[in-house]
Amino acid sequence: MASIMFYLLSLILLTATLLCIFQRNPVHAVLYLVLGFFSLAIMFYLLGAPLVAAWEVIVYAGAIMVLFLFIIMMLGLAPQDRPEGPGWQRWLPFVILMAAVLACTLVIIALDPAATAQGEPYSLGPQDFGEALFGKYALAVQVVSFQLLFAAVGAYNLGRIQRGKGKP
Amino acid sequence: MNTAIITVILTLCKLALIFGVVLSMAAYLVLAERKLLGRMQLRYGPNRIGPGGMIQPLCDVIKLITKEDFIPERADKWLFLFAPGLTALTALLSFAVVPFAPPVTLFGQELPMVVCDLNIGLLYLLGLSSLGVYGVVLGGWASNSKYSLLGAMRSLGQLLSYELAMGLALIPVVLSAKSFSITEIVMSQATLPNLVKHPLAFLIFMISVAAESKRTPFDMPEAENEIVGGFHTEYSGMRFGLFFVGEYINLIVIGAMVTVLFLGGWHGPLLPPVAWFLIKVLFVAFVFIWARGSMPRPRYDQLMRFGWTVMIPIGVINILLTAAVLLAINS
Amino acid sequence: MTLWRDIKGTLQPFWITLGYLFQKPVTIQYPEVKRTPPPRYRARIVLTRDPDGGERCVACHLCSGACPVDCISMQAAEDADGRRYAAWFRINFSRCIFCGLCAEACPTLAIQMTPDYEICNRDILNLVYEKEDLLIDGCGKDTQYNFYEHAGIGVANERGRNQDEYGPVDPKSLLP
Ligand code: SF4
Ligand code: SF4
Repeated sequence: MASIMFYLLSLILLTATLLCIFQRNPVHAVLYLVLGFFSLAIMFYLLGAPLVAAWEVIVYAGAIMVLFLFIIMMLGLAPQDRPEGPGWQRWLPFVILMAAVLACTLVIIALDPAATAQGEPYSLGPQDFGEALFGKYALAVQVVSFQLLFAAVGAYNLGRIQRGKGKP
Repeated sequence: MNTAIITVILTLCKLALIFGVVLSMAAYLVLAERKLLGRMQLRYGPNRIGPGGMIQPLCDVIKLITKEDFIPERADKWLFLFAPGLTALTALLSFAVVPFAPPVTLFGQELPMVVCDLNIGLLYLLGLSSLGVYGVVLGGWASNSKYSLLGAMRSLGQLLSYELAMGLALIPVVLSAKSFSITEIVMSQATLPNLVKHPLAFLIFMISVAAESKRTPFDMPEAENEIVGGFHTEYSGMRFGLFFVGEYINLIVIGAMVTVLFLGGWHGPLLPPVAWFLIKVLFVAFVFIWARGSMPRPRYDQLMRFGWTVMIPIGVINILLTAAVLLAINS
Repeated sequence: MTLWRDIKGTLQPFWITLGYLFQKPVTIQYPEVKRTPPPRYRARIVLTRDPDGGERCVACHLCSGACPVDCISMQAAEDADGRRYAAWFRINFSRCIFCGLCAEACPTLAIQMTPDYEICNRDILNLVYEKEDLLIDGCGKDTQYNFYEHAGIGVANERGRNQDEYGPVDPKSLLP
């Protein structure tokens, strides 16, 4: 059961990502990407990593894509002269993929409503995850986070308003 | 197999029960908010239809349904139609992990009083609350109107900045409960609610949750006197109604979140657990309505500055302090 | 110090609204409880009569000229003795803003405002009041005044015979 679902979900993921690339309207592309993240999250869940699945949704779908949307809207990247807005044919793939993802979720919930039977040998609870993150791989995590810090400092430096110079 | 079927049926029953209760609660919360705000402004609020205005929600629904469902020209039609439902849906889904009573034994089976007791329930709640912004943003963007776009962008910025503070406020709770499961978080508050243990986290959580769900005083995305109606400027009829209902379901979600995370969930003397749960949820909802009656709306830049320079540093310091104290106690 | 002020300023409103919550609202429950408006309240307009019972209005069109929304219309007519009156007189209350300028403009005190504010109607045409609807039997606010006692064209008395009225001037004479 799980493996069927896995292949189904990876199919959805690939289709959604491809559609994301081929969208002309950036907001629609973001939607397909979010859909892809959802199926990825469910795949992580199937693989026995519910925490990673949750992070996938919270961080990627809930924060990073929101940031993308913010930037798209702020820069006005969406095409200005939309003729009508796409018809239902254009949305059909989205609806089908969405329905498939929802169906997978429902099947998972129906099979195991209490989410107890994560009896797989490779199940990874929050505690194991935390221990791996801050124990075994602590150095790597630190390095990556420093990279993020550098990026943040660099961005701040670029965007800083210099005294007497106005906005850069 | 037999037990599995019973489990599925019971889950469906719980689902139906929660849907019914939440939807009717949302309808009457609208009425309660209008009446309470009225009384705070020395008015009566709606009191004409039915005894004390009790049938008002029904009339509102009839009004909204019979109104014209208007779609602006050049709007992104399908996105426009689909966005309000998304708001209501994400709000409703949050209830799946909220436990409203201790487990009971039914048909010889231990039955948890929660639809789906995920071991990462807290993260599920956080994820849904951050997904809730999609309805607002897509609706605002699809309307193809300046005011809607401004409202959508404001809600994006607000969500991004206050979600951090909200997450930071929840870490002390997780630290002291040692679990992401909401049932266990409630269990850990059997003697002392988290409100007493982590008052600072509670304060941060209340403020950031209000900002994230666009409750007044942080309702810049729909600030009437600046950007008309914000993201729902172009919506009418039942689609506007869905946004509206979603907002009130969200209020109940917040009430439930604050209750299970900080006020000790169903724990309480004398009364049955479900009653305590409901009382606490309604009390939190009342506090938010009260804040709406009392607080003016800050400016948008003030909101942002407050979020990044006050809430987040305090949240980080609070985590460090809590962790240190917990370490000292445990060792 | 500022912090203390801010905290106080944030908490105080909560206390105040809580206090209001338990006070009796000031709302007047309209259809059940009705206020008596003061006598000079500006609501439904009437046309009044002389103390003798004659119509006061002389169809001078001053009210209709003063009306900012142009909702008064009439047609003037004349009696055999030269006394003017309105053949028909119409006020469209669906447009009237109850500003009272017509009553101020009226030289004969014919048109007056009354405190009757309940003239809503479901059919907008019912709000067009004709002369029969407007004319009342009393004198309204000023019970003594009769325009033709003070001025006019010899309707109540002969020309120049009214109290506080000079006789007609002889234009041919140069005497003061
Ligand atoms: S009250 Fe004002 S608006 Fe009404 S009829 Fe008189 S002048 Fe016109
Ligand atoms: S109501 Fe008064 S102002 Fe109007 S036409 Fe008659 S006399 Fe003149």
